[in-house]
Amino acid sequence: MTSPFQPVSDHLVSALVRDEPRVLTRITSLFGRRGYNIKSLSVGATEMPGVSRMTFVVSGDRGVVEQAMKQLDKLHDVVKIIDHSLEKYVDRELVLVKVRVENTERRIEIRQMAEDFRARIVDAGHHALTFEVTGDEGKITAFIEQMRTFGILETMRTGRIALTRGSNADIPSHIYHDGETETLQPVLQSAPREGKAREVNNMF
Amino acid sequence: MTGAKALWATLAAHGISTVFGYPGGAIMPVYDALTYYPEVRHVLARHEQGAIHAAEGWAKATGEIGVCIATSGPGATNLVTGLADAMMDNVPLLAITGNVARHLMGTDAFQEADITGITLPITKHNYVVTDPNELPAIVAEAIRIARSGRPGPVLVDIPKDVQLAAFTGKLVKPQAAPEAISPRPEAIHAACELLKTAKKPVLMVGGGSQGASKEITEFARAWQIPTITTLMGLGAFPASDPLWLGMPGMHGSVAANHAISQADVLIGFGLRFDDRVTGRVKDFAPNAQIIHIDLDAAEIGKIVRAHLPVKSDAKQAAVALTQGAVPFEVPEWQAQLDEWKTRGEHPTTWGAAQAVRQVVARLRPDDILTTDVGQHQMLAAQLARFEKPRRWLTSGGLGTMGFGFPAALGAAMAEPGVQSIVIAGDGGFQMTAQELATLTKYDIRNCKICIINNSYLGMVRQWQELFHEKRYSEVYLGDSNPDFLKLADAYNIKGWRADNSADLETAIDAWLSHDGSGLLEVVVPNEHGVFPMVPAGAALYEMIENEPVKVPDLGDKMNVMASAPDTEISTEASQ
Repeated sequence: MTSPFQPVSDHLVSALVRDEPRVLTRITSLFGRRGYNIKSLSVGATEMPGVSRMTFVVSGDRGVVEQAMKQLDKLHDVVKIIDHSLEKYVDRELVLVKVRVENTERRIEIRQMAEDFRARIVDAGHHALTFEVTGDEGKITAFIEQMRTFGILETMRTGRIALTRGSNADIPSHIYHDGETETLQPVLQSAPREGKAREVNNMF
Repeated sequence: MTGAKALWATLAAHGISTVFGYPGGAIMPVYDALTYYPEVRHVLARHEQGAIHAAEGWAKATGEIGVCIATSGPGATNLVTGLADAMMDNVPLLAITGNVARHLMGTDAFQEADITGITLPITKHNYVVTDPNELPAIVAEAIRIARSGRPGPVLVDIPKDVQLAAFTGKLVKPQAAPEAISPRPEAIHAACELLKTAKKPVLMVGGGSQGASKEITEFARAWQIPTITTLMGLGAFPASDPLWLGMPGMHGSVAANHAISQADVLIGFGLRFDDRVTGRVKDFAPNAQIIHIDLDAAEIGKIVRAHLPVKSDAKQAAVALTQGAVPFEVPEWQAQLDEWKTRGEHPTTWGAAQAVRQVVARLRPDDILTTDVGQHQMLAAQLARFEKPRRWLTSGGLGTMGFGFPAALGAAMAEPGVQSIVIAGDGGFQMTAQELATLTKYDIRNCKICIINNSYLGMVRQWQELFHEKRYSEVYLGDSNPDFLKLADAYNIKGWRADNSADLETAIDAWLSHDGSGLLEVVVPNEHGVFPMVPAGAALYEMIENEPVKVPDLGDKMNVMASAPDTEISTEASQ
């Protein structure tokens, strides 16, 4: 049997999860146990109380990613999985880059370069400048590569975050009325769980 | 009312009649509250592992949820093996553990263990109850999760002060189970169309089909599809049916393994293509279009590619497929299967196989048979003939030694009118032998123990024989085994012993007709193997059909096995 799977590449996947203890451990331990490689992971609160959103970059062939998503989908804490490859999306990453500044001439040169990338200076020292850059992965990688020639002291990237493009929300906020946790429970138990199988299960 | 009482009230409301457990410091308030709830029977095991396997036996026999209770720390960690076992074999199970008081959690307090952290990968879900008022809702949700979809174990960890705290919340009613997943009509249509093209069809029935036995049997008969039941699926299709081909995989039947290797359409119900079933995956059903029906989407395509994946409850899919039935008439295929069915039979000389044969021959359709893990387990799976589902309880996925006896005990308590027989090895029995005390304590009269004693860890010894040039490293038990009859006697349980076929027949008569539980020790020769056997890493069609006369010279052992040529290894071995 030949492999039906596509070559290895990065996949962007979001998961809406219940904001409960150990959710992050549960998810990362699932990835670890089954040998899925997480390249980046960002977690944050959403507009809905009780629901957090995670965005993963998973590397592997299509089969690996599908299996990872199906396994995630089985977890009780996971409300919905969004495979961003199925629809258009917007994604961003934030990076802080501290660059060595040797002299005034270099300072000007570095600032010029940073302006081209619309990087903001968030800290300035005698011998270093710290930039904040947001953008897609390509832009950030390109910025870091440019700064490397001056001497990077340290960097910190947040990992990618993503939202589906257009006016359809993955879980429409109006359902939740931004209300109390109790009003969230029935919705968590019904609507989103119905919806989530759609993305994951492109099978009969 | 306290949190502990709220727990019992919730369990009672869910119809939980029996729990298996072992008390300790951090679960004492729950045990104290138990005295107010006589409607729930607590069974005191002698080890938490015994308690959880008994709960598994209860659940596997009835299809209902099994419940076990342990204290914190060492009590909780003693449940780990049972939880992993239940996870692998989809056993609906609720484990309740005590924990140290909330203010002590995280301080390495006496008997503290992070049991939710420890059991994260081996439970379907787990909880720490931090608010006593949430306890009933959490327990109700835990029961629903354990039962629904693909069943599994759920653990609820309750700190001691939560058990003691005043409960001011509301008790909850049982949550309705979610509706079963129906197959999409187009999937059923596509499956029927594919089946109609088949010249060599095979149906594989797995453990996920135990609840859909009737419907799947109707489906197989309506289409006249030859049927294989996996180790976990034994009993889901009646063995007396001429369509039945036996069990597939490492110790599967010649007919089942060759049928898979030659099938052109293979339809699988509620199974996960375990590596013990598939052999070398790339040569599993190499010519077949595979229809895989499972309610767990993550199982479809995990190991074996499904040409037609169908996400559905087994029962609903079987009913739908039966409606499109066009009975097969493929005489050549049937003739070939019939020829294979006559092969790979065990010799009738005295040995473990003969002993197991004589014991399982006495099974009645309602009797429950449990096993431990090893040679006796595979022999029982090969030789027993099950007509009904949920009569065969074995540790399939995890392969847990020590499972059989407590599971039989739990099953015997679940179905007091039914005989529950355990076949164990001399090794595995000693892992949970202390549960003989439980048998005596509750005067369980319908649990019959049979120990097949070959003085070895037989399956390990068989592998050492085949793959390690008979270097029997640390597998001999014969010099230190107890006198099993004396051991039984010490717990006031009657025992019998036999070491030949005729004595065994007499002993079986006495053992089975004895009014009460009993232990039968069958002493068999040491060096017998279980065949047919597909060596690890080999394809199903490379199975060794019969016990080799001498140890096969397999050259570079496992490597040769892994890349064995198309010829059957038995041919090479006997040359």
